[in-house]
Amino acid sequence: MLSQDQANGLFKKLRRCSRASDVEVTFTAGRFALTRFANNTILQNVSDESCEVSVRSVFAGPEGIRTARAGTNKLDDDSLRRAVEASETLARVQQPEADLLPMYEPQGDGTVTAVSSRYSEETAAMDAFARAAEVEKMVAVARREKLNSAGTFSSGEHVSALFNSREVERWQRETHAQASVTMTAADSSGWQKANSTTAGDLDSASLAEIAAHKALRSASPREVEAGPCTVILEPAAVLDIVGFMFWDFSAAALLEERSFLNNRLGQRIFGGNINIVDDVRHPLQTGPGFDGEGVSRQRLELVRDGVVQQVACARASAERWRKSPLAAQHAGMQATGHGFPLPNEMGEAPVNIVFQLPGGARPQSVDEIVASTERGLLVTRLWYIREVDSYEKILTGMTRDGTFRVEDGRIRYGVRNLRFNESLLHLLNNVSAMSEPVRASGEESFDMVVPAMKVEGFNFTEVTRF
Amino acid sequence: MQEICKWVVEAAVAEGAGYAEARLVDERQRALGTHNGRVGTAEDNESRGMGIRVLAQGAWGFAATPEFTRESVQLCAQQAVKIAQASSRVREQEVRLAPEPAAVAEWSSRCRIDPFSVPIEQSLELLRKIDEALRAVEGVTLAETNLNFRRHEQWFVNSEGADIHQTRTTTGAGYAAYAYAGSELQKRSYPNSFGGQWQNKGYELVEELHLLENAPRIARECVELLNAPQCPEGRATIILDSSQLGLQIHESIGHPIELDRVLGYEANFAGTSFLTLDKLDNLRYGSALVNVVADATEQHGPGLGTFAYDDEGVAAQRVPIVTEGEFRGYLSSRDTAAVIGRARSGGNMRAESWNRVPIVRMTNVSILPPADGPSFEQLIASTDDGIYMQTNRSWSIDDKRYNFQFGCEAAWEIKGGRLGRMLKNPSYSGITTEFWNSMDAICGPREWTLWGTPNCGKGQPQQTMGTGHGASPARFLNVRVGTAYKK
Repeated sequence: MLSQDQANGLFKKLRRCSRASDVEVTFTAGRFALTRFANNTILQNVSDESCEVSVRSVFAGPEGIRTARAGTNKLDDDSLRRAVEASETLARVQQPEADLLPMYEPQGDGTVTAVSSRYSEETAAMDAFARAAEVEKMVAVARREKLNSAGTFSSGEHVSALFNSREVERWQRETHAQASVTMTAADSSGWQKANSTTAGDLDSASLAEIAAHKALRSASPREVEAGPCTVILEPAAVLDIVGFMFWDFSAAALLEERSFLNNRLGQRIFGGNINIVDDVRHPLQTGPGFDGEGVSRQRLELVRDGVVQQVACARASAERWRKSPLAAQHAGMQATGHGFPLPNEMGEAPVNIVFQLPGGARPQSVDEIVASTERGLLVTRLWYIREVDSYEKILTGMTRDGTFRVEDGRIRYGVRNLRFNESLLHLLNNVSAMSEPVRASGEESFDMVVPAMKVEGFNFTEVTRF
Repeated sequence: MQEICKWVVEAAVAEGAGYAEARLVDERQRALGTHNGRVGTAEDNESRGMGIRVLAQGAWGFAATPEFTRESVQLCAQQAVKIAQASSRVREQEVRLAPEPAAVAEWSSRCRIDPFSVPIEQSLELLRKIDEALRAVEGVTLAETNLNFRRHEQWFVNSEGADIHQTRTTTGAGYAAYAYAGSELQKRSYPNSFGGQWQNKGYELVEELHLLENAPRIARECVELLNAPQCPEGRATIILDSSQLGLQIHESIGHPIELDRVLGYEANFAGTSFLTLDKLDNLRYGSALVNVVADATEQHGPGLGTFAYDDEGVAAQRVPIVTEGEFRGYLSSRDTAAVIGRARSGGNMRAESWNRVPIVRMTNVSILPPADGPSFEQLIASTDDGIYMQTNRSWSIDDKRYNFQFGCEAAWEIKGGRLGRMLKNPSYSGITTEFWNSMDAICGPREWTLWGTPNCGKGQPQQTMGTGHGASPARFLNVRVGTAYKK
C-alpha cells in the first residue's frame, strides 16, 4: 500500500518535471478483495492492488487560466514524466478561461485533514479464507432453510491523497467491508446489505437470516392492483430513490439551470418533517474530509423543516455565483469543500448525506410503522431507478426482493413486484412516519444515513409477472 | 509481454492450479468535452496491469497486479491459487470448462485515423464550434459535447497453450442541448444520448457523424419541445428509431439471454432472467420478423462487441438468439456452457480491464433487417395513426427482464401516413415477449445502424462494458404509452 511518505516523494518528483505555473497531484490507491457466491457456492473470488496518480497542470496568464489532467498507474520515471507532459499538452492548447481560479492555497486549514477513526487493522488484514468464513455463515442459513443464496463479502483499504504546489497536502486512509445477500425460493426472494469501515461491525449471519425470512414470508406472491398507495420504504429503498436528487444540490447545477432547485432555493418544497445535512464527520459516514481541490469539507444544512437552505459549492462555482444574477437573490455563496476534481462538468455535490428527525420527534421502528398502517405495501428494495422528468424529479423503477401487503397493522403476504413513477417532490411531502436513521447501502445510489419512511400516495403504475 | 504472461501461468500451475490464464492489458484513454463554452473535460489516462485467473481444487481464484517483476507476478500467481483454495471451501459443485482449441493469434480492430494522432486543438475546435452552434439557438440554456478515444491492447496466455494478442481502438462522440423554462427542462442529443455514438473505429467515426451540421436542428428541436403538447397516455402504434430500438434490444433481449443470469450467478445484483432453461427452443420471443444474433465477428461491423477472441480465449462467433421469433440461444462462457451441457462456449467472456475477472457479456446483439424491408419513409407512409419516438431519455426494467419502461427525448405524431406535430415527454412500457410479438414491420438494411452502448454495468465489483446493437426503425402495435406521467 502507498504510504504518505511515498506519496510525498512521488509528488516531489512530479513537481520537478512540471513546467506549469502550478501542479496538483492526486493519489488513489488501495487493496480490494471480493468474494462472490451464488447457488450456495463461491463462484468468483478476486483481489487486486492499485495505485493511480493523476496530475493536473495549471497555466496562469493575464487572459486567464488553462488546466487539464492526465493519469497513470505506471510509477516509473518515464511514465510519470509522460503524465506530466500529457496534462501540460492538454492544458496548453486550450483558450485561457477568465472564470477559472488559481490553484487552491491553504486557508489556515493545515496540511492534513484525516478522519482517523476509519481505519481498522483487522479489516485491512482480512484474507480470502476469512471472507470465505463469512460467506459460509450466509450459505449455512440458506442450506438450513432450503433456499438458494447469492451475494458478496468484500474488504480492503483505500487511500485518497492530494498535494499541490501551493503546499496543500491532504491524506486519508480508511478500510471498508461489505456484506450483501439475496435468498431465493421457488417464486420469491429476500435481500440485505450492510457495510462499514470495520468488518467486525458486520453480522453476516444476521443479514442472511433477515433475507431468508423475507424470501420465505413472500412465497406465492399475489398480484395487487397498481395505483397510488401507502408504502413503507425500508432504509435501502429510501436511499436508492432519494439519492437521485442530491446531484442537484449544487451551485453549478443552479447556475446552469439544470437543477430541480431552480427557482426553489429557500422555499419549502418538502414536508416540514424533512431535515437533511451533509456531514463527512458524522460517525456513520465515510470518505475523506476534503474535496477534489483539497478544500476542507464543511457541514451543510441542505434542508431544514422542508426548506432548502444550502447547496454544495466548489471554489469556481462560488466565483461564478458572485458574478451571476443569482447573487442578488441568494448572496454569500462560499466554497463548501464539495468540488469534484478539476476540470469537470458537474461542479460539485454533497456526498455524505444524513437525514435527521425533526427536533423532539420519536423515531418509530419499522415494526411500529407497520403496526400503525391500515393498508399499504412494505418495500425492501428498489431497483433500476431512472429519472423520467428532471424538474419534477419523477423517477421510475421497480420493487425487488421482498414486497409485502400490509393490512390492519400486520404483514399479510408477499406481492408481485410493481413499477413506480414517483416524484421526489411528492414523496418528501408525504412522509407520515420515520424510523431512526441508519447507515444504509443499496445499488442505485451512494451510501447514506437514512430512516425507513412511510409515504402516503406513492405512485405505482404497473405490475410485473413475478 | 507474452513472456510475462507465460511466467505467471507457469507459476500458477506450479502452485497447484489445474488451469491458469493471464491477461496483460495496456490501455490509453483520452476524454475531451465542453460545457457551455468551457472545456469541461480534458484528460488523458494510461493503465497497465495483469490479471491471473486460476482453477484450483475445482474453484476459481483471481488476483491482479500492476507490477511486472518476476517476484511480483510470482506472488500474484500464488495469491490467485490461494484464493481459489479459499473458494473451494464453499461450493456445491466443481467448475468444469467446455473445451476450446488453444489459439495463437494476432488481431487489431480497423482504425483508419489514429485518434491519438489527431491534434488536440483540432478536436477542441470542433467541440467549441458545436457548442457555439447549439447555444446560438435562443432558448438553449446548456450545451455539452464530448469526444472519447480508447486504445486497449491485450495479451492473453493460458495453460492450454493459447497465446493471443489483440488491440482495439474505440471512438465515441456526441453532444446534447438543454432548454430550461418555467417548470420544465428538456434535452435533445445527437447522434444518440448518453455520450453519442461509439464504435471500434478511429477518428474517422467523428468525421462520418456530421456532428456540426446537425447541431442547429438538435438545438431547435430542444427548444421546440418546451411548447410541444404532452405525449398522450393510452395504447398506440409506435415506431422506434434505430438507436432506441438498439437500447430496447440491449435491455429486453441482450441481458436476459446471459447464461450466468439464467443460472443465478447475478441474483444478488444485476438480477436473473425470465429465460429459464426450459424456454430454450420452446418460446415464441417475438413475431416472425424478429431475427436477433449475438455476433462478435468483424463481418458484423465495427461494434463495441467486435473482437477476434473473448477474454478467455474463445474465438468470436455469430450466435443465433431469436430466429423468426423463436428463442434459440444464450450468451455463454466456458464454465456456463459446461453447466448446460453445451460443447462449446459462445465466446462472450469479457472483462472491463486487467484488474477485473471476465464475466458473460453481450457482444453485438443486433436485430437483422429484412433484405426487402421498407425504407423509413415507406414505414411512416404505411402507418395510419401512431407515434414516432426518437433517442432514449430514460430506461428501466425489472430484475428478470419482463416489465420495462422507456422514455424518449422527442416524438412526433403520425397521421394518415405522415409525420405531424412534435410531442414531448414520450414514454412507453410493456412486457418483453408481448412487446416483441407486437412488431409488425422493420426497415431494411439501408436504415440499419450498429450503435454502441459504452456504459453497460454488471458484476460485483461492478464492471462497465461496451456493447454493440444493430437496429433499424421498427413498428410495434398496441403498445402502452405515456405511463411515465400517469397520475
